[in-house]
Amino acid sequence: MLSTPALNYNLLAPILIVLGGALLGVLVEGFVARAYRARLQIIIALLTVATAFGWVISIRAAVSQTAAIDSVSTDAAGTFLQGTILVLAFVALLFFTQNDHFAPQASALPGSSEEKEATLSGVQMTEIYPLVLFAISGMLLFPVAHDLITLFVALEVLSIPLYIITGLARRRRLLSQEAALKYFLLGAYSSAFFLFGGAFLYGFSGSLSLGAIRTAAQTPGANHIFLFLGLIFVSVGLLFKVGAVPFHSWTPDVYQGAPTPVTGFMAACTKVAAFGAMFRIFVVAFGAIQSDWRPVFVAIASVTMAGGAIAAISQRDVKRTLAYSSITHAGFLLSGVIALSQIGLTSMLFYLVAYGFATIGAFGIVTLVRDSTGEVNDLNRWAGLAKKSPLVATAFSLFLLSFGGVPLTAGFIAKFSIFTAAYDSGNIAIVVVGVLSSAIALFFYLRVILIMFFKEPTDDTVTVAVPSFMVSAGIGICFIATLVLGVYPDLVFNLLRLPTLLVP
Amino acid sequence: MNLLTLTILLPLVGVLALAIAPRENTKNIKLIALGSSVITLISSLLMLTKYKFGVQGFQLVSSHSWFKVFNINYAVGIDGLALVLILLTTVLVPIVVVGGWNEAENGRWSVKTYYILILVLETFMVAVFAATDVFLFYVIFEAMLVPVYFLIGGFGRGDRGAAALKFLLYSLFGGLLMLAAVIGIFVISVHQGHASFDVTQLSHLKISHNTQDWLFLGFFIAFAIKAPLFPFHTWLPGAARSATPGTSILVLGVLDKVGTYGMIRFCLALFPEATKTFAPYIIVLALISIIYGAFLAIGQKDLNSLIAFTSISHFGFIVLGIFALTSQGITGASLYMVNHGFSTAALFLVGGWMIERRKSTQVADFGGLQRITPVMAWSFFIAGLSALALPGLSSFVSEFLVLLGTFTRYPAAAVVGTLGIILAALYVLILVQRALHGPLQEGNEDTPDLNLREKVAIAPVIVALVLLGFYPKPAIHTINPMTSQVLSQVHVSDPTPLAGR
Repeated sequence: MLSTPALNYNLLAPILIVLGGALLGVLVEGFVARAYRARLQIIIALLTVATAFGWVISIRAAVSQTAAIDSVSTDAAGTFLQGTILVLAFVALLFFTQNDHFAPQASALPGSSEEKEATLSGVQMTEIYPLVLFAISGMLLFPVAHDLITLFVALEVLSIPLYIITGLARRRRLLSQEAALKYFLLGAYSSAFFLFGGAFLYGFSGSLSLGAIRTAAQTPGANHIFLFLGLIFVSVGLLFKVGAVPFHSWTPDVYQGAPTPVTGFMAACTKVAAFGAMFRIFVVAFGAIQSDWRPVFVAIASVTMAGGAIAAISQRDVKRTLAYSSITHAGFLLSGVIALSQIGLTSMLFYLVAYGFATIGAFGIVTLVRDSTGEVNDLNRWAGLAKKSPLVATAFSLFLLSFGGVPLTAGFIAKFSIFTAAYDSGNIAIVVVGVLSSAIALFFYLRVILIMFFKEPTDDTVTVAVPSFMVSAGIGICFIATLVLGVYPDLVFNLLRLPTLLVP
Repeated sequence: MNLLTLTILLPLVGVLALAIAPRENTKNIKLIALGSSVITLISSLLMLTKYKFGVQGFQLVSSHSWFKVFNINYAVGIDGLALVLILLTTVLVPIVVVGGWNEAENGRWSVKTYYILILVLETFMVAVFAATDVFLFYVIFEAMLVPVYFLIGGFGRGDRGAAALKFLLYSLFGGLLMLAAVIGIFVISVHQGHASFDVTQLSHLKISHNTQDWLFLGFFIAFAIKAPLFPFHTWLPGAARSATPGTSILVLGVLDKVGTYGMIRFCLALFPEATKTFAPYIIVLALISIIYGAFLAIGQKDLNSLIAFTSISHFGFIVLGIFALTSQGITGASLYMVNHGFSTAALFLVGGWMIERRKSTQVADFGGLQRITPVMAWSFFIAGLSALALPGLSSFVSEFLVLLGTFTRYPAAAVVGTLGIILAALYVLILVQRALHGPLQEGNEDTPDLNLREKVAIAPVIVALVLLGFYPKPAIHTINPMTSQVLSQVHVSDPTPLAGR
């Protein structure tokens, strides 16, 4: 007789709730009249995410490795990451509610008569909400997954919906579709790398579990060649997802092409999930052989920090600038991973929160700057924005200052703690490169502030849209979080002052 | 509440009042700003009654846990140096408000924004001298740049956006180097068993020679940019040209003192070995600053740039005094910080009024003002004399102490430094001659003299210049305990101890 494995539904509930919400969304697509769909979908999505967050809070003290046989680890770091993803996703979803970001009918060819017809009849693509929920469920699973198959499934569940929604921009559809195709092709390629690496690791250890891989790696006399091959290929897959140099080339194109609310969601939440998973894999599976991979990762982190910052200088498009800045931040985050210590993990988690809020807020503001044809992403046309809307310019400046790590913003505390972790683990070189890259990055953050505040407005067609309640709330939450966490960071750090954050 | 914390927070109360005040009634807004800065001044003067003079170490201390993971505290306290610099700040802010009563009117933004920025800056300036937690100091050191950035960019003249950006980039770059050093010394404290950012506790750490050198450089370059010392000075003339006179007074008079203050408080006290290693090189840079700044000042045709370059020369003297590592040198340098604050304030105030009246910044355009506007011209003349360190005015005492302190250890450096005095006489007297004397320039005939408000603003500055010139003893007495403490931390004593000063 076949016995069913025991599942701890309590600990898996956040993931299941989001999946359930997504399925419900699919049903709504099929059975609810078009006129009500958009509103209903928004409510379902927000409620689902909020419920899942409530559940995460209720299980925050749980520690377990057997929630789903031994495929899922529940621990403080895991629940913190899940909570972060849900909060950020909630805020990001608020920006989806402006109904003019997404193509009315994705299947219609750009510029075709069908498209015009769909636009005129006021059709909306509401499938986007279930797709986002599917992506969130994958993101929730990714950082708590404890074996390679679960990791791979989570990776695909989070990636595939993102490929689709990247291509759904209402305006500049060709750019958007190109971005989606590029993202899909390169993403599929990197997933294949991840899978390939997993196969080597299985061959090496005879198991898919991260714990078993570590045990095998510690066995004296083992032939490490397949371990290293596996490590390399798995790392490629992960580094692609976080957008580290040299696997970053998709980032600017995809960030630029995707509908802006999607960019914000993707930039913040994917990073949280991917860095969470990365830390777990590297601590649990590869922690024993860190002296072998660390130098390579020090190099990757350094190149990522510096490369992103240098490439951003010459950008003229605000979304591309933010994309390159996100590459730089991936480098900073990597230096937290490399520290492999409790403080490294704590500061990486804080960094993800700080970066997430600033990113979603910044992209949220990008959606507001418009002319008659849609968003204005050309930075030169942002000149004098502070005159048109002082509040929006101030909020955007705060997010930029937080990216740049200026004190009294969350970004500063994040940068400070992650550099402290790196220094503490002996990686002084990373601190030096990090400091220099920060200096370069500051240049283009400040230049944007300069353009907004001190340049005379040159283009009267550019206006700042009056944000809806939902959008104002989203920007407001990001603004307050960035400020409060910069002044009182213990709010987050107190959640993380535990003896064990991560179960091995 | 601790009186020191109260002094830090009082300007913020003014900010709150300004925030709710209606934007249109600018007179009201100015009065609120003035009132709040005067109350802050009173509060800081009350500190004198609580302060025990002649005692080493921090007083009026207060400490609250802020950020537990890294054992970061809101920790404030003052010693003699911090006290005089805080008083300098709280005295100068009301003077700036009164003296620059109308200077915010034609800015990009509202008058309200201007005074909010000024008061926020005052809070930061008082707090930065009061901070005894290195992390807190760093946070304020960086955060105070933001209001200055908007003050220059939003209310300045000419190419203000670029000047503001250059100022901010230079300072933030230095700040990042310092951040690496702050993290470094913290990690060392963790490894030695007691994680702390407290400046007194950090000074007891045992740090290897090589590490000290790097950490010292991290702090020093940040402070040298701030001070500004040659070759890190290039941001200053642009900022001085573009900023309003009030902003210039606060930037050159107070903000830049954070650099030299930081050298004493952090570079010397935390890294004694590295201090001794680098002192000779820094003295060379200081001498270059003195001479180079003076020569550039002689050649300037723009009044604001001229004052900025004289400041570079004066900051050279301050740094020279600090790194001579003698008691006269450090006391003299500390006193110099205060005196330079007042003399720069006088120069920028009167210079600002001249520019406001004449609508030109060119020195040559002011010719003949002595006869038309005697009070203004005399005020400017006294300010200039104080800049050239005429005996009887305050700068003389400090410059003399600095050179004396330098001479006992580095005679050659003192000789070169003395050249700076001669050059100072040159640039000041040429300036006075061109700007005030000589034939009356066309268009100057109807220039009005100082009005009552302006006289009220300049009078306390001139009183301070004369008072500190004739009777500097209380200030020196306040600073001395700090000097001997720092020298014992660096483990040096005066080469030829002089019997009592």
